[in-house]
Amino acid sequence: MLMQNIKLSLGPLLYYWSRDTTLEFYTQAANWPVDVMYLGETVCSRRHELRFDDWMNIAQQLTDAGKEVVLSTLTLIESESDLKALRKIVDNKKFSVEANDMGAVHLLSKAGVPFVAGPALNIYNPDTLALMASIGAVRWVPPVEMPRTMLMSMPVPDNIQTEIFAFGRLPLAFSARCFTARHFNLQKDDCQFRCIEHADGLDLNTREGEAFLVMNGIQTQSASVHTLAHRLDELNDTSVTHLRLSPQSQNMAAIIKIFRDTLDEKISTREVKAKLDTCLIAASCDGYWLGKPGLSMGAG
Amino acid sequence: MIPIMDEVFNARNDNYYHLRRACVDMGQGDLCLARFTRHSVFSGVAMAGTLLELICPAGSLPALKAAIDHGADGVYLGLKDNTNARNFSGLNFDNKSLAEGIRYAHNKHRKVLMALNTYPQPATLARWQQAVDTAASAGVDAIILADPGLMAYANKTHPELRLHLSVQGSATNYEAINFYHEHFGIQRAVIPRVLSLPQVENVIRNTPVEIELFGFGGLCVMVEGRCLLSSYACGDSPNTFGACSPGHAVRWQQTPKGMETRLNGVLIDRYADNEKAGYPTLCKGRFEVQGETYYALEEPTSLNTLELLPEMHRLGIAAIKIEGRQRSPAYVAQVTQVWRAAIDAVKNNAEHFRAQPGWLAQLDKVSEGSMHTLGAYYRPWK
Repeated sequence: MLMQNIKLSLGPLLYYWSRDTTLEFYTQAANWPVDVMYLGETVCSRRHELRFDDWMNIAQQLTDAGKEVVLSTLTLIESESDLKALRKIVDNKKFSVEANDMGAVHLLSKAGVPFVAGPALNIYNPDTLALMASIGAVRWVPPVEMPRTMLMSMPVPDNIQTEIFAFGRLPLAFSARCFTARHFNLQKDDCQFRCIEHADGLDLNTREGEAFLVMNGIQTQSASVHTLAHRLDELNDTSVTHLRLSPQSQNMAAIIKIFRDTLDEKISTREVKAKLDTCLIAASCDGYWLGKPGLSMGAG
Repeated sequence: MIPIMDEVFNARNDNYYHLRRACVDMGQGDLCLARFTRHSVFSGVAMAGTLLELICPAGSLPALKAAIDHGADGVYLGLKDNTNARNFSGLNFDNKSLAEGIRYAHNKHRKVLMALNTYPQPATLARWQQAVDTAASAGVDAIILADPGLMAYANKTHPELRLHLSVQGSATNYEAINFYHEHFGIQRAVIPRVLSLPQVENVIRNTPVEIELFGFGGLCVMVEGRCLLSSYACGDSPNTFGACSPGHAVRWQQTPKGMETRLNGVLIDRYADNEKAGYPTLCKGRFEVQGETYYALEEPTSLNTLELLPEMHRLGIAAIKIEGRQRSPAYVAQVTQVWRAAIDAVKNNAEHFRAQPGWLAQLDKVSEGSMHTLGAYYRPWK
């Protein structure tokens, strides 16, 4: 797809922000040049600043503002109450759904609801992608570790769009254990929601002080911010139709504008890195896209 | 009587599910089920009392023989490449050792399961499909898969081949498991090491698929199949490369500050002279968070669920899996022996089962970090 035709998506909010902060974030987001908004809690079922009805209200407001809204499901679904929350999303009847677990795929396909196959579904090959398309996936998000070469060798069916993770700290791992609660010597069932104090996650450094990972409740992320802004011209001859930008606590409006302007060739891919660097909360990386360790930053 | 039983069990697996559920509801899951399943047939090999099968790791032919000789009901193994999640040099099977291993196991009426549990990629998809063909023609009793596309291939090309869902498939709820069952007919699922036992029970009550749990060995703190920490640090992930924190990226270095272990240059841990340095598995290093240095993700412990065996038996768990295809035949022999004794004791008298101190001592000797945890089966661990 041509660069300027590529759409921007605002990925689901991976962190736990206060109700007011979250509502304010999406009020502002209504005016940003993004085409698609993913809404809902994808990390931890205990988080409750916003409930299902709140997300539905935000979804309606953003739809009224001309955005395409997708409701995202939890990634790690363990209990019957997790499934109950999932069924509510599947049965919402208004908005399409991003499935982040095969249980969600099962329910959505049985209900005949078109869905986005999220990045945690591990779609690594044409057979699995074709299967997803055949049971109702209209868009897929490859695993964040998928390099450009692998994506290029993937035959993508005509009826399915491709969205890649193009900006943000990388969601790398999920666990039953809450690392944030553990850090504060709390049990998960009595976590006191301490992750709300860390708007971009809790930094985990090596013993020589190198930023390495970030703990976000049960999720582990990269410390570095993955970005493809300086590589957007490499998308010209790929199947990519959407870029996912993952929310961070600061400068999101500016970041989105930089991506849009680069796609529209108002900013060149040569000068974009310097501009984007001023908006980042940590060092940047792009290794996954190049088939290298995810934490590395390629030359040029 | 037997022909009737065979008829029952040649019918859809769902019958088994309803029977099992009824049995559990009646509070006589074990007795009832043992009676029903004893006569079922599993790829031509008679099953030796199917509840709480003991499935042991076979990283090599000697390890396979050690497992069979010490009482494993079945072994699981992989081929010598990245089609399985223990892609380490010097491990695994070629066609010749595979044939020999299957012959050895089948002669003693035990099973061989083949793990093809990494994710095929576009350029090399054919190699994964060939591995499925190899498994089928070699006569394995089941293949253990994670990728839906590969399941579709196996189901279509070898409809008689029994399919298990690998732990790498990340199925943590019954809707996910039922997805694989309805689309590809998987008959058993290995559950990631993240659910508590009550959550496992809820899964069992809502699926016709047999459930296999990890009982002993290395503990993944992350949901298997949903962990990219290794590729983030060094480029190779379990999903595509078949190994976590692979040997080629590891460096051990004695420094004035102590022994340092690195993964692609990233410092995973540093050991004082009086500490025993461990393998730098990424999630088991010591890191600094807000000025505090500790095992921020997980301690270097082993999972050991021996004391939960009566509960697992009551729930109708189909099999207990022992981790460790990368470990020696001596390890496999020792662990298999203990678990065989423990499972027999539970089956014999679940109410009065006690984990014997001798068993625990034997397992302690071979454990990573010489520490044990019940992991997520025990809720406060989370």
